[in-house]
Amino acid sequence: MTERKIRVLIAKPGLDGHDRGAKVIARALRDAGMEVIYTGLRQTPEMIASAAAEEDVDVIGLSILSGAHNTLCPQLMHLLHDKGMDDVTVLVGGIIPEADIPALKQAGISEIFLPGTSTQDIVRFIHKRLAPAH
Amino acid sequence: MSDPLDAKAHAGPRKPSARERGWQQNTLEPALRKSPERQTEFTTTSSYPIRRLYTEADLAAAEASRDPGFPGEPPYTRGIHPTMYRTRLWTMRQFAGFGTAEDTNQRFRYLLAHGQTGLSTAFDLPTLMGYDSDHPLAAGEVGKCGVAISSLADMEVLFDQIPLADVTTSMTINSPAAVIWAMYLAVAEKQGADWKKISGTLQNDILKEYIAQKEYIYPPEPSMRLVIDTFEFGMKHTPKFNVISISGYHIREAGSTAIQELAFTLRDGMEYVEWALGRGLPVDEFAPQLSFFFNAHNDFFEEIAKYRAARRIWSRAMTERYKAVSPRSWALRFHTQTAGCSLTAQQPTNNVVRTAIQALAGVLGGTQSLHTNSLDEAWALPTEFAATIALRTQQIIAHETGVTNTVDPLGGSYFVETLTSEVEQGAWDYIRRIDAMGGMVAAIEKSYPQREIAEASYRYQMAVDKKEKIIVGVNEYVTPEKPIELLQIDETVARRQAARLRKLRAERSSAKVDRALGGLQKAARGKENLMPYIYEAVKVYATLGEICEAMRAVFGAYEEVAVT
Repeated sequence: MTERKIRVLIAKPGLDGHDRGAKVIARALRDAGMEVIYTGLRQTPEMIASAAAEEDVDVIGLSILSGAHNTLCPQLMHLLHDKGMDDVTVLVGGIIPEADIPALKQAGISEIFLPGTSTQDIVRFIHKRLAPAH
Repeated sequence: MSDPLDAKAHAGPRKPSARERGWQQNTLEPALRKSPERQTEFTTTSSYPIRRLYTEADLAAAEASRDPGFPGEPPYTRGIHPTMYRTRLWTMRQFAGFGTAEDTNQRFRYLLAHGQTGLSTAFDLPTLMGYDSDHPLAAGEVGKCGVAISSLADMEVLFDQIPLADVTTSMTINSPAAVIWAMYLAVAEKQGADWKKISGTLQNDILKEYIAQKEYIYPPEPSMRLVIDTFEFGMKHTPKFNVISISGYHIREAGSTAIQELAFTLRDGMEYVEWALGRGLPVDEFAPQLSFFFNAHNDFFEEIAKYRAARRIWSRAMTERYKAVSPRSWALRFHTQTAGCSLTAQQPTNNVVRTAIQALAGVLGGTQSLHTNSLDEAWALPTEFAATIALRTQQIIAHETGVTNTVDPLGGSYFVETLTSEVEQGAWDYIRRIDAMGGMVAAIEKSYPQREIAEASYRYQMAVDKKEKIIVGVNEYVTPEKPIELLQIDETVARRQAARLRKLRAERSSAKVDRALGGLQKAARGKENLMPYIYEAVKVYATLGEICEAMRAVFGAYEEVAVT
């Protein structure tokens, strides 16, 4: 049985250009043996959903620091659903007030990683989450 | 181009005195045998190595530092004024902006009423990217990270009852800086303020956008043209206005080291000077209007050394590279902001302490103005409560600590003088490397600074993950906690902004707008200074989005090669 590498799309939705976190996570996941595709800046939810489908990823990691998460995350989840991609694990990292977390999880976001999270915690989460499939 | 430090760029061998060697043998070595040090290596926040003890042997080895000189005289290591804060305190300038122009106008008036001495405007992301609030890409972002400004009508509300003749205003805007500045000048004119006397700062630093913050619109060439247009316009019409704030802040926030922040920022400054000279502007006519902006991060002495080295490098570059003859061109004036990226979401009240220490570094480093972050900014824009503590922090440093009583209190310290020289030499090494690439625009196109920063930022994160660097409340001393109260941005902001734009577009003369935008586009295709055309368009209430779009049609849009 050939082991397929876990495929991750790291995406920066919205107008924000603060990409330090996205780039650090992309590199940490790559160093942990995952296949990582970074979208670059200013991706609309449509662009992210298409890239995720094209690249056949297991995980989408969204980096959002601008406060636009309540608008952007549900939009992406709808698009993924429409494409039959409900099995893709969607993670959000960034500045997310705790009060907004229940609604984001309700919308289908698997986990939200707040500032100060160790990259190794994210690696562990992904491995655990995808364990049965891989 | 040769630079002044070529011959003495690297520190010579350290030659401890006989007394120092005696101390090592008789006192140090027995002590180390009895109790070894906590770590084998001590480094700054930027992972720069720090020695156990600094003595006159270090000063002698770091040639450049032997004479720190006097304040108010080149190379300004000890400060740009002979009396510094004994004559005038730094400007306490808290960056603020959220929601609509009305919301931010209220916060401005609150801050002025509480003793703040200058204003500083934060714009929201659509404004920073040159989009009107009703643009589809603005969805979810209007008024979130700053105030939404789509036209002169918004700007008039933003500065309502704030006399621009008396209050200095800083505006953090880059790609659309010329447009926002034109709006500001139009408000000043309406208030009857004399352009020759108004003062403030336009950030207008596009190079650090490509390097770090990434809020760019056009490719580097036309962007640089717009910057030099504002230099030329400012030279003629607003001699007291800082037409640019050459910013290391965002470079540091993106994860650079202190030396990278210093080097890339000053090389950006040199790039602007070279482009302005290329336009034929006389150096001593525009250079006094250039200002700088640095980060104040956690490592106290590394930051102080950085500010002192910055003044020394700039003074030497202006005199020796660019042959400026006016002392006003030599002196590097700078704003400081405490490091947003150092704030923790965990145990947020600890951020008050971090900010106070960082602010003190800025003051001991000789800053001209200062922004102190609020304790809740790892979560959101600050509440009024948190913003007030941040301002009070500066007032306590200014009035209670006594650090303002003498000029450059750390001058002559073996450690500070040596570190100043080492940081300076590290920065010159980078500057020479960028010179060899053909300058900063060329280096950016090769992704050189972007890659250096990404490397440094990854190294730092790994050090934190491995607990080689301790962040209190994050990877050590962790305790369970409850969420704090945050500023909520009213979700009706976008709707109110959209309604105001609809009304504006219905009421203004579309013939005048079309004529102004057409004139701007025609000029953009040629070589003329675009400021007068932008000013005309702003005055007839063309929107920010329309003006930026008109130029985008001529200049094109920039796409970066993402470095990970």
